[in-house]
Amino acid sequence: MSFELILFYTASAAALFATVMTITRLNAAHALLYLIASLLAVAVLFYLMGAPFAAGLEVIIYAGAIMVLFVFVIMMLNMGQQTVEQERQWLSLGIWIGPSIICLILLAEVVTLLVNDERIAGARIVSPKMVGALLYGPYLLAVELASMLLLAGLVGAYHLARPLNESHLHENDEKADEE
Amino acid sequence: MISIPVEHGLLLATILFCLGLLGVLVRRNIIFVLMSMEIMFNAVGLAFISGGSRWHQADGQIMFMLVLTLAAAEVAVGLALVLQLYKRFKTVDIDIVSEMKG
Amino acid sequence: MLDILWLVPTFPLVGFLLLACCALPKKIASWVGVGSVGLSALMTLIIAIELLNLPVTEQVFRQTLWQWFVSGDLHVAFTLYLDPLALVMMCIITGVGFLIHLYSVGYMADDPGFSRFFAYMNLFVSAMLVLVLGDNLVLLYLGWEGVGLCSYLLIGFWYEKPENGYAARKAFIVTRIGDTSMALGLFLLFMHLGTLDIQQLMQSAGQTWTSGSSMPTLAAALLLGGALGKSAQLPLQTWLPDAMAGPTPISALIHAATMVTAGVYLIARTHELFLLAPDVLFIVAIIGALTLLISGFTALVQTDIKRILAFSTMSQLGYMFLALGVGAWSAAIFHLMTHAFFKALLFLASGAVIICMHHEQDIFKMGGLRKCLPVSFWSFMIGGLALAALPLTSGYYSKHEILAATFAFEGAGNNLWAAGVFGALITGIYTSRLIFIVFFGEDKTHAQESIGLSIKLPLLILCALSLLGGMIQVPLESVFPIVAESPHMKGMVNGMTSLAPFIGLFVAYLFFYLKPNLPQTLVNTYPGRLLQRFWFSGWGFDWLYQKLLINPFMWFVRVNKKDVVDSLYRLIAWVTRMLHRLLSLTQTGRVQWYAAGIALGVVAIVGLGVWRDHLWF
Repeated sequence: MSFELILFYTASAAALFATVMTITRLNAAHALLYLIASLLAVAVLFYLMGAPFAAGLEVIIYAGAIMVLFVFVIMMLNMGQQTVEQERQWLSLGIWIGPSIICLILLAEVVTLLVNDERIAGARIVSPKMVGALLYGPYLLAVELASMLLLAGLVGAYHLARPLNESHLHENDEKADEE
Repeated sequence: MISIPVEHGLLLATILFCLGLLGVLVRRNIIFVLMSMEIMFNAVGLAFISGGSRWHQADGQIMFMLVLTLAAAEVAVGLALVLQLYKRFKTVDIDIVSEMKG
Repeated sequence: MLDILWLVPTFPLVGFLLLACCALPKKIASWVGVGSVGLSALMTLIIAIELLNLPVTEQVFRQTLWQWFVSGDLHVAFTLYLDPLALVMMCIITGVGFLIHLYSVGYMADDPGFSRFFAYMNLFVSAMLVLVLGDNLVLLYLGWEGVGLCSYLLIGFWYEKPENGYAARKAFIVTRIGDTSMALGLFLLFMHLGTLDIQQLMQSAGQTWTSGSSMPTLAAALLLGGALGKSAQLPLQTWLPDAMAGPTPISALIHAATMVTAGVYLIARTHELFLLAPDVLFIVAIIGALTLLISGFTALVQTDIKRILAFSTMSQLGYMFLALGVGAWSAAIFHLMTHAFFKALLFLASGAVIICMHHEQDIFKMGGLRKCLPVSFWSFMIGGLALAALPLTSGYYSKHEILAATFAFEGAGNNLWAAGVFGALITGIYTSRLIFIVFFGEDKTHAQESIGLSIKLPLLILCALSLLGGMIQVPLESVFPIVAESPHMKGMVNGMTSLAPFIGLFVAYLFFYLKPNLPQTLVNTYPGRLLQRFWFSGWGFDWLYQKLLINPFMWFVRVNKKDVVDSLYRLIAWVTRMLHRLLSLTQTGRVQWYAAGIALGVVAIVGLGVWRDHLWF
């Protein structure tokens, strides 16, 4: 077994472990740290699969920018020990059963597909140059759409997150009156 | 460059996706739901990269980048909603916003 | 000049439209209402002269106005067919109709529904003319239903009183039973003979069917059902006495002179078919005889002047049916005509009495009216004599002709004749009873005869017709098969036929004039009271139908109040509502449940793709 393969399986195991930890944590900050670990592991996998550019993006944008957003939000919500207690109450064992069955069936389906398929050969490096050439060639329209999506997300986030002003409070009062 | 079996990559992507789905379905805390969705996006991205590297095509990476964009926009709006929700209801319980039940 | 035939039914129709659509002042309304029928009568006169001047074999005129509708093999043209039979009917309808319209101007003068009344009357005349002029059974049926509708509207003319509306509905529904049977007969005829043109139909019926076979019997029986309903014969006779709820001119025009004779006309018109069904024809005779006896007895004990006349109408229609049944077609139509004269006269005279008595119809509250109401009295007298068929009046000739033909009828002729003669006796009794009680005896009220010319004139003309109508020779030789010269009745039979009314008159004179208390003492005995009550209720037919038909029906309606058939549809609605509730349970408002739904859908769809070979499809 070559070094790359060992690295691949190790990183896979790390990613799986980190992900499982992410969804089971009670404390949001801990979960976030595990998620970042998982993302980094996936970045390693990208690199091993011959996609160094994607690996870079994963680290910079996902593990960097997006996760920082999460950190900010968690800090703003200021969820302390009491939140953890509530999480503990919410996360009873029984609640896992139904969703787990759904996920297991889905997993089984994809595994069936993969097993039945003919063996697929390994990967080769796809350089950033190829990506760039394609991105600004045939996919130009998709890039434009993505930029518009980001703009919409920006405006939407700004609108939603702005502080409640007088009119909003007033609205709430009216609602209370109606009730 | 030695070959990494692509089906293993896809298998991993599927497992990650399922874990993300599990998180979305199980957690009541909206922060965790959003995180689980990030896991699902990431799993999809992994699947694209595996495919792209198998066929030696850049399309997979481009798809990954589009998914990334989507995730970024989604998380921006989603977290803004979380803030708004917390301001109004003083909770992060996703079941609290169930006024549209039939 | 025969081309003006189409104008005859058109004038009253136009009159109806004018009266119905424009709010005309009373004066103009009466001119329109009476004038339209008057014009129609004038046209009829011209046509009659024209037609009767033709040789006997050519006395047929057909006028196609337009193709009414075509459906598959069924071609129905709006064709008018004029022959002597239709002509006689036309003369009666327009002639008597005109007189009654004229009378109505005076009779209805103070009624707020004046122009509505004339609108209905005009529509009735138009429909009746379509009935008798129709060349095919569909057109005849149109007129048939049209007169039924007008009868309904006019019986319920004073609709503020609920009992009038009830009487109207009763008339409509009872005749509807007959009409349904007639419609079935029409379908049967069309199905087997492929046409509904009466002349063609009769021809091909004679060629296709043998006499006495089941098909013509069935068809004739179904048509007879319609005739029985319209002409108030057993067992569909119960509506006619109640129909007297309408204004008196209506009773004269519709329920005595014209509409109720439509059944007689129908059988006469399709007599070739009935000749193919001798059994049905015999039943017609039996029904006629039974009806004339039953309603004669009923008329004996009635107290309402109009109800007496209604029962006597049924009785006289029974004579016509008897005549039809024994194949004396011309005699039936002849009696139809004379009956139209004297019965219209009687009704109009009774209307005059009723007006002068301020709408009092109970004969026992009248009395001694001979002196104060001379015109009504003499009209009533003449009409009554004709009704009782005293010699030299019109009724004598027609009734005599019927009874002679009945006597000559093979088989049951003697019995039928006996029934007819006995009926004549009873007719004599109840007619004179009516006259004695109303116009003789002690004065009970002081009425003023305050009737105008428009009432007097029709009475006078009808008096003349009732007296002299017997002289009219109905020119029906070309229409009906020539019956072998009816053998003259032997002396005694002849004498009895003529004598019967006199005996009746004498009995009535004895009971109601000389000893007015005698009937009362008779009634006071137990069997007398029973008989009186039985006869008064019209032999209990209303009671019988109430028990036999209406009560079970009402019971069924009550049981089925919630409509069994509907419950199926209610079930569908209920299931839908339940499913809706079930589905709305899935709308929890919880995002995670929705996400789970999506995930399940994905699982299902991917599963279909993955395991499609292993699934049963």
